[in-house]
Amino acid sequence: MLTRRTETVNIALEEDIVRVRQSTRKLAVECGFSLVDQTKMVTAASELARNTFVFGRGGTATLQVIQDGGRTGLRLTFEDQGPGIADIEQAMSDGYTSGQGLGLGLGGAKRLVNEFEIRSKVGEGTTVVITRWK
Amino acid sequence: MADKDKGKLEEILRKYESELLEQWMKEQPAAGTLRRDLLSEDDLRRQSSEFVHLFRQALAGGDLVDITAENWQPLREILASISRSRAQQGVSPSETAQFVLSFKHPLFDRLRKEHGKDAEGLAEDVWVTTVLLDKLGLYTMEMFQQSREQIIAGQQAELLELSTPVVQLWPGILCIPLIGTLDSERTQVVMENLLQKISETGSQIAIIDISGVPAVDTLVAQHLLKTVAAARLMGADCLVSGISPQIAQTVVHLGVKLSDVTTKASLASALDLALRTLGLEVRNRQK
Repeated sequence: MLTRRTETVNIALEEDIVRVRQSTRKLAVECGFSLVDQTKMVTAASELARNTFVFGRGGTATLQVIQDGGRTGLRLTFEDQGPGIADIEQAMSDGYTSGQGLGLGLGGAKRLVNEFEIRSKVGEGTTVVITRWK
Repeated sequence: MADKDKGKLEEILRKYESELLEQWMKEQPAAGTLRRDLLSEDDLRRQSSEFVHLFRQALAGGDLVDITAENWQPLREILASISRSRAQQGVSPSETAQFVLSFKHPLFDRLRKEHGKDAEGLAEDVWVTTVLLDKLGLYTMEMFQQSREQIIAGQQAELLELSTPVVQLWPGILCIPLIGTLDSERTQVVMENLLQKISETGSQIAIIDISGVPAVDTLVAQHLLKTVAAARLMGADCLVSGISPQIAQTVVHLGVKLSDVTTKASLASALDLALRTLGLEVRNRQK
């Protein structure tokens, strides 16, 4: 697998969520995603960036354009050093929220992309990696 | 510094004012202060000649250390106005400071010729002028920064004003076109504006048009649901219009239930529905 391009956005303020969305949109266009796929990826990025900001108390988003064989994809990695998630299965289930939200963010983001990976350790932080192929 | 030295500096500048200007003008393009795309040569010449002239006057005025002193006032004003105009034109800060700093070369050249073998006198004059020009350069930077901040503050104010007008489409029908990013702060403003207007006009129907919202994530959806619920408490029905195909698909995948809300693909169909709800119809006038 080849990484064609990498961009990193720090998530420290609420405005940074907008920057993550804009960068995601830009790279999705570069990958040649359809309008629907662009919107899906941007929406998933928005959910996860907000999680990083709200629950992870800030972190980074790494955006990569990758190539695997003949296909091109966009991979986003969200990392934080926040409190971590104790029960990932519960966090992934629809309707469960630790805040005031709808409780659809993680599960929704997973349904919007092709590949979804989450790693978390209590007290150390959380990493979420999502990939969508063209 | 002794008074005679002060006099000498000023004398050199007075005597060679036009020559200094000519040489400075010749060197400025190389120093990178003349952005031909943004600045005409005439403007640069006018600014440069004003600078040299006022610099000489300030030297004559006495204080050669503190550029905030009275005698530097006219020069500070002209530098502030130059910085402002350059900030607006989009010249970079270093190019703006370079304008002042690039005067050093022609000036030092001239000082060297005048002082001849008097190394001590030359060193002293060079030191005095270099400190002064550095201070003036920093002052330009400060002014430049200030103007930039003013420009940004102005744009922010404009943006806030742009956002979220509530318009009446028909007696009893309100519309709020949402554009751009819906963060918590803006949504709060939107919701307040809308509810306020509902109570002022006694409208029965409010259309929230999200054609201009690029992506609907769970937070935006939640804000929409809350606004609709609040409007309903006030006795108004909310329609959400402008759901594009890509937003429709995304919302379905996200798993957000917007089924309690009446949604339409376009503002036109939402208006049509609203008119019918009010018992009105739009017809072709009979020929």
